[in-house]
Formats: sequence, structure tokens, C-alpha cells
Amino acid sequence: MADVSPREALIDPLFNNNPIALQVLGICSALAVTTKMETAFVMSLAVIAVTTLSNTVISMLRHHIPSSIRIIVQLTVIASLVIITDQVLKAFVYDIAQQLSVFVGLIITNCIVMGRAEAFAMQNDPKLSAIDGFANGVGYSIVLMAGAFFRELLGSGSLFGITILTPVSQGGWYVPNGLMLLAPAAFFLIGCFIWAVRAWKPEQIEEELHVGALLELSNEGHLR
Amino acid sequence: MEHYLSLATKAIFVENMALAFFLGMCSFLAVSKKVEQAIGLGLAVVFVLGITCPLNQMLSDALLKAGPLVGGIDLGFLQFLTFIGTIAAAVQIVEMTLDRYMPELYNALGIFLPLIAVNCAILGASLFMAERSYTLPEATVFGIGSGIGWLLAIAALAAIREKMRYSNVPGPLRGLGITFITVGLMSVGFMAFSGIQL
Repeated sequence: MADVSPREALIDPLFNNNPIALQVLGICSALAVTTKMETAFVMSLAVIAVTTLSNTVISMLRHHIPSSIRIIVQLTVIASLVIITDQVLKAFVYDIAQQLSVFVGLIITNCIVMGRAEAFAMQNDPKLSAIDGFANGVGYSIVLMAGAFFRELLGSGSLFGITILTPVSQGGWYVPNGLMLLAPAAFFLIGCFIWAVRAWKPEQIEEELHVGALLELSNEGHLR
Repeated sequence: MEHYLSLATKAIFVENMALAFFLGMCSFLAVSKKVEQAIGLGLAVVFVLGITCPLNQMLSDALLKAGPLVGGIDLGFLQFLTFIGTIAAAVQIVEMTLDRYMPELYNALGIFLPLIAVNCAILGASLFMAERSYTLPEATVFGIGSGIGWLLAIAALAAIREKMRYSNVPGPLRGLGITFITVGLMSVGFMAFSGIQL
């Protein structure tokens, strides 16, 4: 991670090293706020702001943080940034802030923020860290928006609250798929998203020792 | 008494931390490969939730609400910082106490104990508790209940994943992908509990 060009730092987290699909970070909020495009969008902005700023601040402080208490220092920096974000959201988009409820606060424990601070900002200069934080925030947002797109479109037939597919209840033809608005749909969608990304980039497939495949191979005589 | 029983059922089944609110997902997915480890982590979560939830309730009542500390000033905006501080400190204290008095349990929990500080289920429970303004006994019941719910969920997922090693999953779906879909199906199962009231 020592020598990364700004371009790589910006592009990599989008698909090659997506924080949600590959690094398995920050899934909690990704699932909970995706029933509507609007909330997902605000959440994305909040996360991008926090990752960018926290990476910058921690990278600037990195030579002054004793390694034994670095987690606490990082948490304090992140928590302060989240408090600012929360206050801004409450001041300007109060309704959405109410809908996001505890999930704005949970950005503190969102592993993307902590993970990038720990893995990247502690070793790189502020400029590069800011780019990395921004790119990881955007990588997270892509998954979030994609999830919200399908959940809102199929679940309530609208996007950003604007009706696209007129539901039957309003005299249209579309029967909303109620499952999409419930918790399980989020898991299915993210699972399928990971499936799609990995089918596209096969090098990301996890090489798990897989007993079924092994049995098949030995039955076919490949393993003798 | 009935009130607390109903609160506990709600926290364990209906509003399961992992399957209904998606909290603590990171460790939920990362540490669910083996049942033993999953149960170890789950127990640690129950323990820490049982301590931090009432502690945070007392703190927010005594310090943060408008009035008690500084007359007329609502310190509510310091909530996040206070809660995460309490949690980090509580985890540290639990770790040291276990190390000193119960070394077997400490060794069994190993690396998972410090990781709990950044588990969103813990912070999430405290934030929910504050949002719904629970009283002290309610907060205790809610904390322990949510912990047990999380423990049940992770133990069940680990058991399923152990079995799943014998099935032939399509390549790109292997690992994380299929785990998500499994969790989705479990979440459908847990939805059966919704609406139950004691």
C-alpha cells in the first residue's frame, strides 16, 4: 500500500476492491437505509464526507498518534466528524434525518471508516488519504444506490419518491413487490450484486476448499 | 414483570439485531465460519451489551439530558462521543477483569473481545435505547435481550455455513455471496415472529 498513484487510489475501490463486495466492510448501514433512493442518497453523502475527512485528519495526525492508543484516537476523530454530520443533517434535511434514525450515528462504527483509517490513512500522506477516503465512500455509495434503486423501483414503483411504475392502488398496472421493502430483500440484492461483480471479475472468487467439488473431481478420476 | 418479558421477547426475536436491523453485520459474516467461535463471540456480545446498555442509560440520564449537569443546556449532541467512549472503556475493563479472574473464558474469547468495541450492534443498542428513552431496568433487559438475539442468529448462521461446505455452490457466488443469500433466507424465517406479543 506504500506507493499508490492517486489514480489507482481513486479507481480501485470502485469495483476492483469495493468496500462492500470485497472487503466486507460497512454492510450494516448498506442494508438498512436502502428502502428508498432518497435516504440512501443522503446516507451516501454523509458517508463520503466522513470517510474523506476522517482519512485526511487521521493521516495528518499519523506521526503524533502513539500506536497503543490509536484506536481510541481514531474513534474520537470519527465520532466528532459524525456528530458534525448529524447536526448538519438535522439542520437541513430534518425529515430524512428522522428516517435514518440511529444509522447516522452508526457511521462511527461503520467498518469502512475505521478500516480505511487503519489500513490506509496511517501510512499515507493526507492528499492521497483524502482521495482514498473519497473513493471508498463512492464505492460504498454505488452499492447503496444500486440496492436502493431496485428496492424502491420494485417495492413501491417509484424513484426518489416520483412514481415510475404506477401501482395498482392508484389505478395503474404495477403490483408492488412488498418483499423488496422488507429486510431480507436487502440481503438477496447485495448477494446478487456480489455475484455479478465476481462473475465479471473472476479473480475475486474466494478459493474456499469445497468438499462437493472435490468429491466430483475424485469421482471423475481427476484426483488420482 | 410481563412488560419486561414482552420487551425481552421483542428484543430477541421480533427486532433481532442482526436479522431485522442488520447490526453487527461485519463480525456476523466474518466470524460465522465455525459454530464454536460464533458462540464465543455471541456470548461476549451478550456480556458487553448487558453492561454498556444500562451504563449508557445512566450516563445519558445523568449528564446529557437538558438540565442535570449544565442548567438549561442540552448536551445531547455529545451522545455519540459519550456512548462510544463508554463502550470502548467497558470492553477494555471487561477484557482486563476476565484476564485476571477468568483466564479460561478470556482465552476462549481471544481476539473477539477487543473487536466488540467496533461492533455496531453494541452502539446500535445504546442508540435505540436512547431514542426510545428506556428506563434503567428496561435498558438492562433490552441490552441482554438484543445480545441473546444476536447470539442465536450468529450461532444458527455458523451451523448452516458448516453444512454448506458440502454443497456445490456456483463459483462467483461462493463465500460471501451465498452467505448473504443464506442470511436473507434466515431473515425471512425470523419475520415469522413479527407481530408476536406476550
